Amino acid sequence: MNDLTQSALTKPRVVGKRTPRIDGEYKLTGRAGYTGELHADGMLYGYPVPATIANGVLESLELDDALSMPGVVDILHHGNFDTLHRSPNSMAHGDMVNEVRLPFEDERIYYHGQYVALVVAETFEQSRAAAQRVVARYQMEDGAIASLLLTEAEGELQDGAGASRGDPEAAFGGAEVTVDSTYHIAAESHLQMEMHATLAEWRDDGQRLIVHESSQGVFFQRNAMARVFGIAQENLEVISHYIGSGFGNKLFMWPHAVATAVAARRLGRPVKVVLPRQQDMTGGGNRPASRQRIRLGADRSGKLTSVIHDSTTETSLVHQYVDTCGSATPSFYACDNVSTSQRVLQVNHGTPCPMRAPGEVSGIFALETAMDELAVELGMDPVELRLKNNAELDPASGLPWSSKHLDECLTSAAQRFGWDKRDPVVGSMRDGDEIIGYGMASCTWSAGRQPCEARVELRADGSLFAACGTQDIGTGTYTIVAQAVAELTGAELSRIEVKLGETGLPAGPLSGGSMATATVLPAVAAAVRDALDAIKEVAVGSGGAFEGSDADSLDVERGGLTDGKRHVSFAEILGASKLSSVNGKGSAAPGNERSEYSFRSFGAHFVEIRIDPGISRVRVARVVSSIDIGRAINPPTARNQVEGGIVMGVGMGLLEKLDYDPRDARLINANVADYIVPTHADAPDIDVELLDYPDFKHNEFGGRGVGEIGLTGVAPAIANAIYHATGKRYRDLPITIEALLAS
Amino acid sequence: MRTFAYSRADSVEHAAHRTTPDAAFVAGGTTLLDLVKLDVLRPSELVDINALPLKSVEWLDDGRLKIGALVTNTDLAHHPEIKQHYPVLSQALLAGASTQLRNMATTAGNVMQRTRCPYYRDPAAACNRREPGSGCDARHGLNRLNAVLGGSEACIAVHPSDMCVAIAAIGATMTLSGPDGEREVAFEDFHRLPGDTPHIEHDLGDGELITAITLDAPLVPAGSYYLKLRDRASYEFALASTAAQLSLDGEMIGEARVALGGVGTKPWRCPEAEAALVGQPAEKATFERAADIALRDATPLEHNAFKIPLARQAIIRALREATRLARQTGEQEGQA
Repeated sequence: MNDLTQSALTKPRVVGKRTPRIDGEYKLTGRAGYTGELHADGMLYGYPVPATIANGVLESLELDDALSMPGVVDILHHGNFDTLHRSPNSMAHGDMVNEVRLPFEDERIYYHGQYVALVVAETFEQSRAAAQRVVARYQMEDGAIASLLLTEAEGELQDGAGASRGDPEAAFGGAEVTVDSTYHIAAESHLQMEMHATLAEWRDDGQRLIVHESSQGVFFQRNAMARVFGIAQENLEVISHYIGSGFGNKLFMWPHAVATAVAARRLGRPVKVVLPRQQDMTGGGNRPASRQRIRLGADRSGKLTSVIHDSTTETSLVHQYVDTCGSATPSFYACDNVSTSQRVLQVNHGTPCPMRAPGEVSGIFALETAMDELAVELGMDPVELRLKNNAELDPASGLPWSSKHLDECLTSAAQRFGWDKRDPVVGSMRDGDEIIGYGMASCTWSAGRQPCEARVELRADGSLFAACGTQDIGTGTYTIVAQAVAELTGAELSRIEVKLGETGLPAGPLSGGSMATATVLPAVAAAVRDALDAIKEVAVGSGGAFEGSDADSLDVERGGLTDGKRHVSFAEILGASKLSSVNGKGSAAPGNERSEYSFRSFGAHFVEIRIDPGISRVRVARVVSSIDIGRAINPPTARNQVEGGIVMGVGMGLLEKLDYDPRDARLINANVADYIVPTHADAPDIDVELLDYPDFKHNEFGGRGVGEIGLTGVAPAIANAIYHATGKRYRDLPITIEALLAS
Repeated sequence: MRTFAYSRADSVEHAAHRTTPDAAFVAGGTTLLDLVKLDVLRPSELVDINALPLKSVEWLDDGRLKIGALVTNTDLAHHPEIKQHYPVLSQALLAGASTQLRNMATTAGNVMQRTRCPYYRDPAAACNRREPGSGCDARHGLNRLNAVLGGSEACIAVHPSDMCVAIAAIGATMTLSGPDGEREVAFEDFHRLPGDTPHIEHDLGDGELITAITLDAPLVPAGSYYLKLRDRASYEFALASTAAQLSLDGEMIGEARVALGGVGTKPWRCPEAEAALVGQPAEKATFERAADIALRDATPLEHNAFKIPLARQAIIRALREATRLARQTGEQEGQA
């Protein structure tokens, strides 16, 4: 038989080809409805009142002024909030949450920005005006820990978050060349374009809850809310059609969603809450600050003999979040003696959560800076040092890699960058007032995959329909699902409708961890094949377009079936049999391959920085990257992920820092003017090469996902370039003007 | 946001008479509306002055240039007379904010813009400028952005404008119109040092409206340069900036003007540094000496000490660039 289902693996027609976003028109014309823009009949607006202290007790709330203001309907707070069920928090059960403490649960204040009330009014402006009139009185307490970076406290060791092989301490002690360095990274904000938003509506006399949420995981949010409200999952729907990014802070439920749903139930009207930017930054998630110590041992030839990576990250007082910095370290380099450990320290600020390449991006900054330090100690080229320690097998598991081309990434990017023109002597490359620095680092991210279900319809009107309860967070999932359907049916892309982001659809995965592509497409493919089987059965059946033929003799071609002589479209086949459609259901999950291979993407970034020491100015001039992500399903959107990661890496390296006041742990730069991210003018020239080695061991489409890897390795490449320019080793991020001046 | 009355003024006299003490004029609104939404400013009445005929730029007979209060930052930055005769002002305007903000912001509004001190912008923090007598959370807080020049025990807030730094270097006169008629104030006297009364930011009486800023006659032949140093390349307030103008007399400096931004509680003109430049060779040692003099009284706090060496670098580089441009101008005129 055919055919297309095989050609998708080897000679794809649509997959892997530049494909404009199928939702692009909706976004450009404003028809794509983001949660904050949605309207429901009779809808009210909620505005949270944030705590202005970070540690203490809420003594009283004066609400009379606010309640008497125009349009105000209700104010929810600890004294009148509904009793709910305790929040679940399980990855295994699909109901993990971002903050396990429910809103208004007690009168204790654990962080600045914690909600102390929710004002509900007829308009947004009325709710905000009244929220500003709520007077909260606190008993402030001393002893708030504003940041991991401001304390010597060690935090609690996390069993199970570390790994060990060989005898790294002994190997380090006996090493010919060593590096022993400590690194600090400031807490960062996700600063996703679209703020957290919830629109909650109860229907059927309060029996059913419909929640629109800007969410990276509608099923997780549904499952968590069902348990909090004590209602069946079937009576709760979570919808998230368009998401203005999330970078990880929309993976799981936050307290604002619970407060919104309670308000909607109490008032019997739909309620919408869109967090203002300030509250999105104080209480809507952050990348925790980290402190890491790396010890490397090597022989004179540069062969690593010991890697010891000890990390501490922050969590809040109301939730345990572990940002495991060392998770990539055991797999990164060939080395017999490796250990990692992870500690977590509770601090008085908003709960941290996964942020693009969580844990690993921080860990790779430390590891890849340490590798540069080792190269300097050895007098060895940093690219050569990495090639020398390239791991042919995954040293953590001993398994072969499914597909690994780090060596090619290193050599290809070095060649395109012009690494051979680098004079290794510190400060030797100059251009007018500027010193030029060249630096590089490797990057990596694990290639995961989850179970997934999907449904596909072939319709009599000639359209095709695919549905999966995953989300498109702006990365292009709608389009790659359509590409997969087009690939396997030969139908035109314009005839394919894709529905995502609803819990009423077949269960789909989180949009996170760079797993969605490899998870969703195989399930869609299975559903397509099921639908194709169904339409063949129709075609060969009584009165069918190919009545009496053998179904196996029919090939799929151009949105129809052919027996080699005659091509009949799906629409005609369905019409001939008076059917509206055929349905296909599919599911896919990782299998035995996970015990036979290790799955991980690798790549390399090369960075040119320019420092003007006369005015203490450092700018990233260009970045040349080669990344191996398997097959890029849609190359422009895949490339865009890497380019965006690089720009984000410039922010991490040079600019971004949540500033918590050391005296009281209040966040003082919770706005986009004072929390500094790169502007267009800061974006370097970027040259990204995506190697094209489909990883068919990972899934039949050969893609490994691309959301995170581009960010990893950028900050250390910048720091290493600054070392090359200045001779000063920067181990703390961001590398600020004051740090440059201090050298 | 609290409710407020809104009216539109159709004449300068009208505007001046209609206002109550806690009324505010609104032009571009780029600072005012932001701070009203943050509950920092709470005007009872907004008087919209956008319809007033204050949008012209014209030369006066005495060689000065008069700029209407409502000329937008964008129009001013790209105005041919400004670009030709006051390039430092054009550069400073274009170094500030973003295109969208400059399209809305006006000349007088820029003069009136409020500090970016984070504690001023947070109603829950102690701030003598926002709430007299409440204290200053910045002094012992995260004061990276705060002033090293002109601060007091009560306030160390930086005046955030770039435009005003260039105007301070050029020299200018403000025209104010109020219930008692029109008066003029030297630009350098308009903004006040915080002292014990940081909430009184400028010399503007109740109901008084800025109607024009008149720039001193341009220095000729001269080179000028605005250098703004900040963390990122665009859309950020200055950590340290310098507006420098100078004329050359052979290898020697004729006249010189230096003003600083990002470091002072008001647009910071440096007359002593200027005096130290005049008649001296236009070379690095001279610039360094002038920078040291300009920053002689700078007082560091816990997190902003770096601003002193950074401002020093800004002064030296801006003077070097102004000298280079003055030489170019001189050469071109020599050729002509």
